[in-house]
Amino acid sequence: MNSFVLFFHKLGSPPYFYRFAGKWLPWLYAIALVAAAIGFYGALFTAPADYQQGDSFRIMYVHVPCAWMGLFAYLFMAANGFIALVWRIKLSETLAMASAPIGAAFTFITLVTGSLWGKPTWGTWWTWDARLTSELVLLFLYFGVIGLYHAIEDRRQAARAAAFLALIGIVNLPIVHYSVIWWNTLHQGQTVNLIGPSKIAPSMLWPLLTLAFATHVYFFASVFARTRVALLELESGKDWVRALLPATQASHD
Amino acid sequence: MTPTRKRRLIAVSLILIAIGIAAALTVLALSRNMSYLFSPSEVLAGKAPDGSSFRLGGVVLEHSIRRAPGSLTVDFVVTDRIHEMPVQYTGVLPDLFREGQSIIATGSMQGNHFTAREVLAKHDETYMPKEVADAIAKAKAVEAAKHAQPLH
Repeated sequence: MNSFVLFFHKLGSPPYFYRFAGKWLPWLYAIALVAAAIGFYGALFTAPADYQQGDSFRIMYVHVPCAWMGLFAYLFMAANGFIALVWRIKLSETLAMASAPIGAAFTFITLVTGSLWGKPTWGTWWTWDARLTSELVLLFLYFGVIGLYHAIEDRRQAARAAAFLALIGIVNLPIVHYSVIWWNTLHQGQTVNLIGPSKIAPSMLWPLLTLAFATHVYFFASVFARTRVALLELESGKDWVRALLPATQASHD
Repeated sequence: MTPTRKRRLIAVSLILIAIGIAAALTVLALSRNMSYLFSPSEVLAGKAPDGSSFRLGGVVLEHSIRRAPGSLTVDFVVTDRIHEMPVQYTGVLPDLFREGQSIIATGSMQGNHFTAREVLAKHDETYMPKEVADAIAKAKAVEAAKHAQPLH
């Protein structure tokens, strides 16, 4: 077994992950904070106003990174759900369930900022076009996963049932992404392309990419923090959790 | 991989494939039927619903905007560069409403003109500073002038 595979096997053990995540947490928060500060400085001060939308385009710097994170968090949740269903790895169940509320929050921010942006530029808060509707479905899928997880008594069974729902909902991800191509929508098409040139000036693009990096790092910090707490609850009877308690409290048990 | 895990892997994968196919078929069916808007040509060809409300999409024709003094009523022409449709609207227009802009108007036909209840402006996926947009417009004008000269 090579060292990379060995690392993943070790990472799957709750006490190892608890220590690993604890070590990385302050760094992740610090990196996210610094990147967000640089990104927002670029977004609000150095990026020029848009030739059509003027300064109101700047809400993009919150809207777009959050929209990407809503999709990314769902993919992360579904991938961990898949591992949880097939291999029954406790850590994957916990990671999947920890990322659901974070993804839901990002999706909610996307919808709210999109609405605030839509009113001045399009002239409406909301319209039932394909992109907006599929994004709303994404939010409801997150709500469904969170709701199902909390509706079942047994934590591990609940996680697997919710992971199954998350996996089914993954068909919505390509619909959200390609909705602006497949249908005639009020929402604009894709500006930033991974392959080929993006349709945005470089001076406006770099703050967007910096903020996207910041939100990704923040996502992992937040997932790690939530997973640590969930693991403590899930494993509360185990020796490694007892060993974490101060000596005086442990002796009272 | 143990037999149980292999069985679970196959079961979960099969369910995913089935859902994927179902979703793809739904999307295919929807993209044939779902019409968010009608162009002026389609409206004149009688494809838009008669008497009831629908969305009209197109570009605001240059030099066609007429504002009635002392009111919020605006008359303009929407074109798809083939056919034109006069539109009347009373209310506040979005910031991006201007000549040459893509718009989507919701309303119904009143005789031979379209009365809009709501006018939405569409913007494209291009973002650039104003100076760059001006420079591109200038370069295009120069280019056009160059091509125009040999005709003289």
